[in-house]
Amino acid sequence: MPTTETFRLPDVGEGLTEADILTWHVAVGDAVTVNRTLVEVETAKAAVELPCPFDGTVAEILVGEGDTVAVGSPIVTITTATEPAEEGSGDVLVGYGTSASATRRRRRRAPEPATPAVGNGRPPATPPVRKMAKDAGVDLAEVAYEGERISREDVRRHLEQEPEPAGETRERIAGVRKATAAAVTTSAFTAPHVTEFLTVDATETMATVAVLKEHPAFAGVRVTPLLLVARAVLSAIRHHPEVHARWDEANQEIVRLRTVNLGIAAATPRGLIVPNVPDAGSLTLVGLARALEELTTTAREGRTTPERMRGGTVTITNVGVFGVDAATPILNPGESAILGVGRIARRPWEYHGEVALREVTTLSLSFDHRLVDGELGSRVLARIGAVLSDPARELLLD
Amino acid sequence: METYRLLDPDGTLRDDPAAEHVDAELCRALYRDMVLARRLDSEAYNLQRQGELGLWLQCLGQEAAQVGSIRAIRDDDQVFPSYRDHAAAMCRGITAEALLAQWRGVRQSGWDPAEHHFGIYTLVLAAQLLHAVGYAMGVARDGTDEIVLTYFGDGSSSEGEANEAFNWAATVHAPVLFFCQNNQWAISTPTSAQFGAPLHRRAEGFGLAAQLVDGNDVLAVRAATQRAAEAVRRGEGPALIEATTYRMAGHSTSDDPTRYRSEAELDHWRTLDPIDRLRRLLEREQWTDEAFVADLDAEADALGTEVRRVCRALPDPDPAAMFAHVLPTGSPTVDHQREAYAAYSASFEED
Repeated sequence: MPTTETFRLPDVGEGLTEADILTWHVAVGDAVTVNRTLVEVETAKAAVELPCPFDGTVAEILVGEGDTVAVGSPIVTITTATEPAEEGSGDVLVGYGTSASATRRRRRRAPEPATPAVGNGRPPATPPVRKMAKDAGVDLAEVAYEGERISREDVRRHLEQEPEPAGETRERIAGVRKATAAAVTTSAFTAPHVTEFLTVDATETMATVAVLKEHPAFAGVRVTPLLLVARAVLSAIRHHPEVHARWDEANQEIVRLRTVNLGIAAATPRGLIVPNVPDAGSLTLVGLARALEELTTTAREGRTTPERMRGGTVTITNVGVFGVDAATPILNPGESAILGVGRIARRPWEYHGEVALREVTTLSLSFDHRLVDGELGSRVLARIGAVLSDPARELLLD
Repeated sequence: METYRLLDPDGTLRDDPAAEHVDAELCRALYRDMVLARRLDSEAYNLQRQGELGLWLQCLGQEAAQVGSIRAIRDDDQVFPSYRDHAAAMCRGITAEALLAQWRGVRQSGWDPAEHHFGIYTLVLAAQLLHAVGYAMGVARDGTDEIVLTYFGDGSSSEGEANEAFNWAATVHAPVLFFCQNNQWAISTPTSAQFGAPLHRRAEGFGLAAQLVDGNDVLAVRAATQRAAEAVRRGEGPALIEATTYRMAGHSTSDDPTRYRSEAELDHWRTLDPIDRLRRLLEREQWTDEAFVADLDAEADALGTEVRRVCRALPDPDPAAMFAHVLPTGSPTVDHQREAYAAYSASFEED
């Protein structure tokens, strides 16, 4: 007698409430055996493969790749050839059954008539129900209920009554998006930002990049304009070390930093992250090129370790890759400056007394105005611009 | 100190007096222990990923350190384990059901420490080292010839308790053998960030007789543990073995080791796998045959099925039982909570 078994999303990491579906390793109709990988999911802690608890055939896949699924939700059903004897179901640990015949219990409707909320004026509900309502964006005050308290069932019924308005969809805030939001909010509302702009002729930078690409010392290393931008930032910090500092609110101190851990904002499949090159100032130009290549490759592959995202002291964000000219970048929390680099494009420019087509780019420097005055910020930006205008000479004199 | 090794990764036995006692029967028995332990471990991991266990800490890669050491002491020597010592526990006759119960959250612990001479798992890092020293002091007062062995890891060795235990054991001459499975990682902290001098050297400073052994060489672990255990039993004072091994899985099912260590490192340790290494010796010496392999495969498969069955069959405790274990005599607060819980519980109905 074939039986249909349901596999529900387990809590694979001690108290997780949800996971994102990354990749299905099986399709409807596939034969599966016990412990064969069904699906890869990503939790707040790790990407994890879930093995099949049954022998049988995949009957139905209930959630799609990219979906965020609550722990306990059915994600796949498997038709098993026989009675669920040895591999049978029973209750799984997270508080629900895998067996089709599992008895469900629900709260008995209390016989008393509804009583108004008492005490602190909050609608009466147990903490788990409050959490459920909060997660679902439901205001408990609007939920109709009978009995002493609002139950899960009441919240569910309320949700069913209120379909999502047409023309909008809702998405839970989670993962890197959540972390990014927290970071930019903290930064934007604790450090007063000032942004300055400078448009420079980067033709010499592009020429230098071309020369370096051909140089034997750079064989096998990627050379990009970012390398010279990084070098320009390091040069500016060397010339104006006061800009390289951190505001320590708790101790009411300004912390001057000696070692430059150069952060590079990277758009990755999982969102925006800012890994850094530790002690970038100590590297040779070839060493810096290698470090930048490794950093960007690792980030793109989603393999950046948390360790590499800690301890950054200054950041470069290359908004030019998105085809735009300038930005007002928000500081990476705890840092005093961030440089945005716009696209490098051929534009008419005054050159030796005439108008010529030159490779022009706009630099945007945001700084923490508590630490950095306009004068210092302008000097820093001017130094970066000077290096990019004539890198060969400026770096020789550096 | 040079690492003591009997069996090279390619399966060659070294020229060593201890190698003379190595024979087919011994190797097959140790091999079986390790293969079955790995099977239970991987089944338990899968059960966690299927929602059947709350947590599991894998012993993958550390089978030789555990099997070699536990098989080198007497069955009545008391063992104080950490929480990853499944292979050692199985050698003491602890069943899959008993091993899994704690991680399914249905019992406080799974077995009777007195019956198996094997303590319950200790999740408080290094606490079991002090328990072991205290127990060993009792053994000395009883005047028996038992010894005590306690397992811990490189991370635990930084705890104050560990260093107190080393010092006190040496001071009172307790019959205890400290066995460190140095698996290179304390969750995400590498040993390079754990201690400046290797543990076996620190142990000597405390006055412990220390050995450094290749923890992925089951024969070397067994020989070294036998030597140390005999010396402790003769009353020569406490000893420490640092077994160099590798945690091939994450710290626990909640850990993602790819975030802090490289695939290349894992590949290197795969070439040192303890089970592969002993199999190479078995094959080289023709100490194995098709029947042995087939029987062991079948036994491992049966164990896998058994692990899944007993795990799902573990009975849930009555939630109200928690009130019985708070205070021996109860209290008005606990009584009130018990009644409130009973009323809440009774408010559900079958669907």
